[in-house]
Amino acid sequence: MKCGHCGTENQTGTAICNNCGQPLDNKNETKLLNMRYDGAAIRSKTRNKSFVDKVWNFFSSVKIGVTLIAIALIASALGTVYPQQMYIPPTVNPSEYYEQEYGITGLIYYQLGFHELYSSWWYMLIIALIGISIFIVSIDRGVPLYKALKNQNPKRHPSFIKRQKLLSHTVHVTQEEKEQFIERLKKKRYKIYEKDGHILAEKGRFSRWGPYVNHFGLIVFLIGTLLRFVPGMYVDEFLWIREGDTAVIPATNQEYYIENHDFIMDIYGQDEEDEKFADALEQTGSLVPKNFQTDVTIYKDDAKDVVGAQPELQEVQSGSIRVNQPIKVAGLTLYQDSYQQNEFQSMSFKLHEVEDSDEVAIAELTVDLTDPNKEYQFDNGYTIMLNEYFPDYTMENGVPRSQTNFPRNPGFVFFVYPPGETDPEVSFLAIGQNIPGDETNNYKLSLTGFDVRDVSGLSVKKDLTLPIVAIGAIIFLIGVVQGMYWPHRRMWIHPQENELLIACHTNKNWYGLTKEFEKLTDGTPIANVVDQETDTEMEPDK
Amino acid sequence: MEQLISISGGLLYASFVIYLIATVLFAATIRDKRKEKKFSLINKLAIGTTILGFLTQLGYFITRWMASGHAPVSNMFEFVTFFGMMIVLAFIIIYFIYRLDILGVFTLPVALLIIGYAAMYPRDITPLVPSLKSHWLWIHVTTVALAEAILAVSFVAGVLYLIKNINQSKSTARTKWLEIIMYSLFATLAFVIITTAFNIADYEATFEYEVDNNQVEIEYHLPAIFGPKDGELLTEDRMDAWLPTPEWMRGAEAPRKWNTLVWSLAGGLVLYLLTRLILRKRIGAALQPTLKKVNLQLLDEVCYRAVAIGFPLFTLGGLIFAAIWAQEAWNRYWGWDPKEVWALITWFFYAIFLHLRLSRGWHGEKSAWLAVVGFAIIMFNLIVVNLVLAGLHSYA
Ligand code: HEM
Repeated sequence: MKCGHCGTENQTGTAICNNCGQPLDNKNETKLLNMRYDGAAIRSKTRNKSFVDKVWNFFSSVKIGVTLIAIALIASALGTVYPQQMYIPPTVNPSEYYEQEYGITGLIYYQLGFHELYSSWWYMLIIALIGISIFIVSIDRGVPLYKALKNQNPKRHPSFIKRQKLLSHTVHVTQEEKEQFIERLKKKRYKIYEKDGHILAEKGRFSRWGPYVNHFGLIVFLIGTLLRFVPGMYVDEFLWIREGDTAVIPATNQEYYIENHDFIMDIYGQDEEDEKFADALEQTGSLVPKNFQTDVTIYKDDAKDVVGAQPELQEVQSGSIRVNQPIKVAGLTLYQDSYQQNEFQSMSFKLHEVEDSDEVAIAELTVDLTDPNKEYQFDNGYTIMLNEYFPDYTMENGVPRSQTNFPRNPGFVFFVYPPGETDPEVSFLAIGQNIPGDETNNYKLSLTGFDVRDVSGLSVKKDLTLPIVAIGAIIFLIGVVQGMYWPHRRMWIHPQENELLIACHTNKNWYGLTKEFEKLTDGTPIANVVDQETDTEMEPDK
Repeated sequence: MEQLISISGGLLYASFVIYLIATVLFAATIRDKRKEKKFSLINKLAIGTTILGFLTQLGYFITRWMASGHAPVSNMFEFVTFFGMMIVLAFIIIYFIYRLDILGVFTLPVALLIIGYAAMYPRDITPLVPSLKSHWLWIHVTTVALAEAILAVSFVAGVLYLIKNINQSKSTARTKWLEIIMYSLFATLAFVIITTAFNIADYEATFEYEVDNNQVEIEYHLPAIFGPKDGELLTEDRMDAWLPTPEWMRGAEAPRKWNTLVWSLAGGLVLYLLTRLILRKRIGAALQPTLKKVNLQLLDEVCYRAVAIGFPLFTLGGLIFAAIWAQEAWNRYWGWDPKEVWALITWFFYAIFLHLRLSRGWHGEKSAWLAVVGFAIIMFNLIVVNLVLAGLHSYA
């Protein structure tokens, strides 16, 4: 497309000559110029031939972008109708749970996969499409706009000037008056560009990049969330550790160890300063936790690289892990996550004769519940074998078994060998149960005591995507503020013999621009701007 | 300590009364028949009273913080009260930019309704469970409240635009929707009035019913239209429930919440119909003349400007600060908890608002309807998500 005025070759689709500003849409002589993207050629508006063009045009339409956001909005709302799978009790079977709890609609919800909606392929696809749309729209419009604003010619064609929305037309203006006006523009922080006595005054151009900056921030954010799937970027492990124990910290390559000195749970109402909460606590009726805390020491294994060597633990740090106050070690963050109070540590028993009403001990033994011995021998010739041990005992269809490996409800099958006997007497023991294997048993084992301790559940996390996600969010906010709070204002000062034409343009808040123009020309003969759209003189009230 | 708490309560009560007076004063400014617009004594008095009310409520906030030892935004009563206070603050800020008195006549009652609504929740000072003990909690909550309050101002400006702009000479879909907005304000008012009335009368009825194979008791403070399913009335001389609560109402105390909701909706309907009977026209039509002197463009500008300020602030408080806190407390910055999802939905919605306005030229009435829908989403998140779709954040 060749400009009829200055001969510059413009890209097809250009509405305003890049060089002289002569409008290239000669047909509508009278109408106002469309200043969107400064008349630059937008790819999606000029090409529509190949498949690539069609895909490009699809994604660079704001209508499609907004539709995609609306679809994401509705999909997100659907996911809150019933709880997501991660919020239902972990022990239940989701395929039954939703129907049981919510009836037929619950069943449909489950069958459609809405119980895991936010990790479904189609939800992620919607978000990805939004990302693609943002990316393409930014290039489609951002690049031409950048080029157009970078090479602005202060000297514009008269029909460019006359077809602006706001135009001031003054018949006689002296050189001094013009210069006074320009001085005031400079004071208002306008940048002045000049060519052959024609002047462009401009400010706030940077705000035009706001939307592109904020969309870039969104893309950075989305990429950040995707990086979680890259190995090494994200660690999410869990560690149960008992009081007094030392354990390897997962994901440290056996290099770091942690010792749990003490797990502490405080509840409200035990301190004098909690008195102010008395009414609320009474209302609740249940215990309200005040603090969950694990006191730990973290060690590093210095002998780790020596093959076959025993770990040589060097203390690295000691401290408390609380909710909201994690500890950091070796790039990992350790969070207080769960707890199990009063897990059995050991149980003590004594052996006595069934007939003995005083239950005088023949032998006494203590079973370490996390590492029980198989056999207990006594000086008086008795031997007791621990034949079977169920840490978390339950009866299922008449058969005893263990629900978990944690000693929460221990059950034992003991074989008692009196001196010289090879046939044992069998006893079964659990809390509240003491069942002889045989009615004719001569000996009986009785519980004499137990020790308990707490177990702390720590989650071990690393998330290297966090900084990227955070930077994306910050860029987004900067872009929003940049684009939203500053207008991009331009004035073209166009001398014509004795007359002076001044055209004004802004990307938002025209009212503010007319007000500023008023102030700038106050006391000079320069006329107020006329809004050529409505044909009224703009006279903002002072 | 006891003393501090009662001072705090007194200050809140006083601020409520002062806001009421300020509303009347703002109403007086638009009755002012003189033609020329001036910032006269009555305007000064009105905004001055509003500021006094705000400072009084700030006094409530500070004394309660001192008494409880943590920022008083940690349960439903405290958060909603704070939200009301932020609406007043947002109004004061916008007032100093645009000097639009009519905004006061309508924004202050909305703030009053919200503070009234808050007062229906238990007002005891509550202890913080460990996960709530983080500075990020109150930073997050206060920013969200301010952002939502500014968006509430855009709602009020939008509604005013609609009242002025919609042709009331015949009944159309638009007049009907406007009446629905009016009705929802009446329903909130009905909630406050009914709850207060039965509170004063000390109404109490206890029911016993079964939840997950446990017998639990539930205390009603309003006569039970809807009782618990298969519930048994324990209190003597009280009305027994007429109907069982539908099963899809779930969560703690679901029957009582459902009953209160039905009371409010029914009470709102009575109030609305009575008002219409007295006015003999649509509420929108009755309000239209009060906006005679207001410039439509200016309302549109306020409506958009409030979103332009509220949107980035909401992003900061509702998404970014929330994520930082969630990362600290639960070691994941995002967990798809219903409350979080609805914050995301709110954010999506206002992104749509901005695009339609800036790229597709949705100004004026279209933009005003969008501002109304946006605020409806915010209120949905505040009320329905807390009461029905309870998740980690549910205070109530
Ligand atoms: C949820 C994601 C999105 C958010 C939060 C967002 C936010 C914004 C904001 C705040 C503006 C600035 C308005 C202004 O101050 O002028 C903007 C402008 C814009 N957005 Fe988005 N946007 C999102 C997605 C999209 C998508 C998917 C498209 C794709 C079509 C898109 C296309 C545009 C366009 C064309 C503009 C105007 C740019 C200009 O005036 O040159 N946005 N967006």
